[in-house]
Amino acid sequence: MIKATETRIPLKDISVSRQPKASIAVVGGPNSGKSTLFNRLTGLRQRIGNYPGVTVEKHLGTLKTDDRFIELVDLPGTHGLTAHSFEEQIAIDVIFGRMEGTQPPDAILAVVDATNLYQGLYLVQQLLDLQRPLVVALTMWDAAKTSGLKIDLGLLAERLGGIKICPVVATTGQGINELRNALVNLADEEAPLPAMAWPELAAAAAELAANASIPLRLAEVERVLIDGAAGANVFVLQCLGPDAGSEVEKYREQLFGPEPPLALEARRRYAWVRSVLDEVQVKMPPFYSWRTRLAAILNQPVPGTIGLFVVMAIVFQAVFAWATPVMDLIDGASAGLGAAVVGWLGDGALSSLIADGVIAGVGSVVVFLPQIVILFLFIILLEDSGYLARAAYLMDRAMRAVGLSGQSIIPMISSFACAVPGIMATRVIPNRRDRIATILAAPFMTCSARLPVYALLIAAFVPARDVGFLNLQGLVLLGLYMFGILAGIFTALLIRKTALRGPKPPFALMLPEFRRPNVQTVALQLLGRAKVFLYRAGTVIFSVAVIVWALAYYPRASDIDPVLDQRQAAAAQLEQSWLGRAGKFVQPAFEPLGWDWRVSSAVIAGFPAREVVVAVLGTVYAVGDDADEARLSARLKSAVWPDGSRVFTLPMVLGLLIFYACCLQCAATLAVIRRETNTWRWPAFAWVYMTTIGYVGALLAYQLL
Amino acid sequence: MRIIIIYHKFRETTGNLVLMGINGTTLASLKRGQKGTIAAVNAADPQVQRLMVLGLVEGAEVELAGAAIGGDPMEFRLFGTGISLRQEQARHFSVSADELGD
Repeated sequence: MIKATETRIPLKDISVSRQPKASIAVVGGPNSGKSTLFNRLTGLRQRIGNYPGVTVEKHLGTLKTDDRFIELVDLPGTHGLTAHSFEEQIAIDVIFGRMEGTQPPDAILAVVDATNLYQGLYLVQQLLDLQRPLVVALTMWDAAKTSGLKIDLGLLAERLGGIKICPVVATTGQGINELRNALVNLADEEAPLPAMAWPELAAAAAELAANASIPLRLAEVERVLIDGAAGANVFVLQCLGPDAGSEVEKYREQLFGPEPPLALEARRRYAWVRSVLDEVQVKMPPFYSWRTRLAAILNQPVPGTIGLFVVMAIVFQAVFAWATPVMDLIDGASAGLGAAVVGWLGDGALSSLIADGVIAGVGSVVVFLPQIVILFLFIILLEDSGYLARAAYLMDRAMRAVGLSGQSIIPMISSFACAVPGIMATRVIPNRRDRIATILAAPFMTCSARLPVYALLIAAFVPARDVGFLNLQGLVLLGLYMFGILAGIFTALLIRKTALRGPKPPFALMLPEFRRPNVQTVALQLLGRAKVFLYRAGTVIFSVAVIVWALAYYPRASDIDPVLDQRQAAAAQLEQSWLGRAGKFVQPAFEPLGWDWRVSSAVIAGFPAREVVVAVLGTVYAVGDDADEARLSARLKSAVWPDGSRVFTLPMVLGLLIFYACCLQCAATLAVIRRETNTWRWPAFAWVYMTTIGYVGALLAYQLL
Repeated sequence: MRIIIIYHKFRETTGNLVLMGINGTTLASLKRGQKGTIAAVNAADPQVQRLMVLGLVEGAEVELAGAAIGGDPMEFRLFGTGISLRQEQARHFSVSADELGD
């Protein structure tokens, strides 16, 4: 029954089986190479879940051993045990065993970048006070060597209370076996002695803990002393006894005096780290590689910024152009499949549901995958190579001027192709306010789904006149792009001044050395992203697609004139369907914009996915939904009001274009905003806000022009 | 209450003045390639404390490695690792700067 350890059995079942179980938390700084190491240790034996109530992903993996079931939890990166962000709070809660649904770790694997012992040892030293078995993995051991660092591992282990230190190169697998062997029995080992970097603090914590109602860990009491009785520390304070509050205050006064406790902690602990480094680390002249040379060039302001624009152009081009053939293929396949189903089952509700509802719905989800995969391939490559941090650093000033931060650059650029991957990419923004401002600004960028609508309307109604040496049609298209950018900037500024007003977030960005991304890590991350999109966003998009199908299909017309041809019959059916009725019903609201009921129905049908509007216009004007553009635009030009005046006048068309530039007609975007903000509030706000702006813009254009 | 606030404002301002007064050099005024040792930190601001947790504390040796266009944000080397700060944040750290080589 050894095989049983490899399948996913609920944790509680494992504990009664013969195999003993242990849980090890993988803790480390944000650029410590933690995820690469985690992937190397667990390979495909990992799964992604969520912590209760938040969007932070929970990465679990199992370590394969002969007689044990060891679960590794890859925690969000943290510099220390005081949380400064949401993700750090989660890491710390898991470390202390306070996270609901996650069992307290039996042992800790601390991941430290060998080239950055300074920050790494700060964390390790705090972890020592946790009094749990601890192993340190020194990652990027090869990079430390080439950068001229000599580290005395024996002496370092001695200074860290005799814990085991395993140098590894996660990208090549060097040292991984030794680390795995160290992890297998880690949970049974003795906890190391605290580091005693600040003996007075440890002594105070020990005295307080002596009277506690339950056994408390030194690190827990230290956090109460330093961070005060906020959040989860309240519980620890309660355990310390009824009058612990005044005791703690007394110790705080004694230990810190007027100094901010956190500042004093940083001073004391880093002083200790420096004393350790002086003993164990020797800095030799570095070996200059092409990477250090490249970094030196990209460090300079002008070459760095030019380099950034080249990288951005490549990403933009890739997402825009490389994805198109695959997307066309998916579109074609879903259309072909739909036609085949109609061929099999004949004309009926079931075949229409399968062809126009289910298949078209699935197609509308899958069609986003190529762009998402390509964009995320680039983002993961940029992030893992260390370039993303540099891009954020270079663009920080410009983005700050428009109410965003440097980290917003990638999401904003990607949104020109599609807001869905763009919004998913906002995860790189640590500050919540910056992140939500970026999410709200992103859908204003002109995405590829707006292009068919723009192309149709501009080609049909904007005269192809030359203005100077520019073409008026091109100029209008450019104007729509600029309009989207300005509307996005306006939104970001507005939201930062009102709902998301708050102190400017501290901007401290670690700029790691360039390093080669690991294929396995990139592939695993990409797979995870694609899955998340298909499961979470896909279900919403799919349901909405089926609903719109039903609205257009029901009720069936009973008295369609048999002399009508197929196309006219489809138009007549649409006119008396719920969708057509809805179009007629809301038409008074859209009349000030110059839209007749046909345009209104098409716009309503386009709310789940804006590109649908072209197909619906095709049906409603009885040219068939696969109408070629020339015929459709000819029909649009000849559309008239009952009094004989033309529907599609230039002001009306400009208004319609502005409406499309603003309006959030995309179920996928809404679903992704819901997923990324973990509430329906933001997608609802974005929808109302953008629709209002679109409506007002179209109204002004029609009434004033 | 108001007196206490004024007192704190006063301490903050004088604290800053004292910081600037050592030799007027902060992290923000380092030249590219210039090294210095952090001499004092204006730690009253929680955001500065956050930077101290990253290792920007008294006694740490820092080098200005570069800056984005317009000189902001700036990139420093701290024990061999790159860290980027905005100018307004860098001003909270006074340094005793080494002479610029060459």
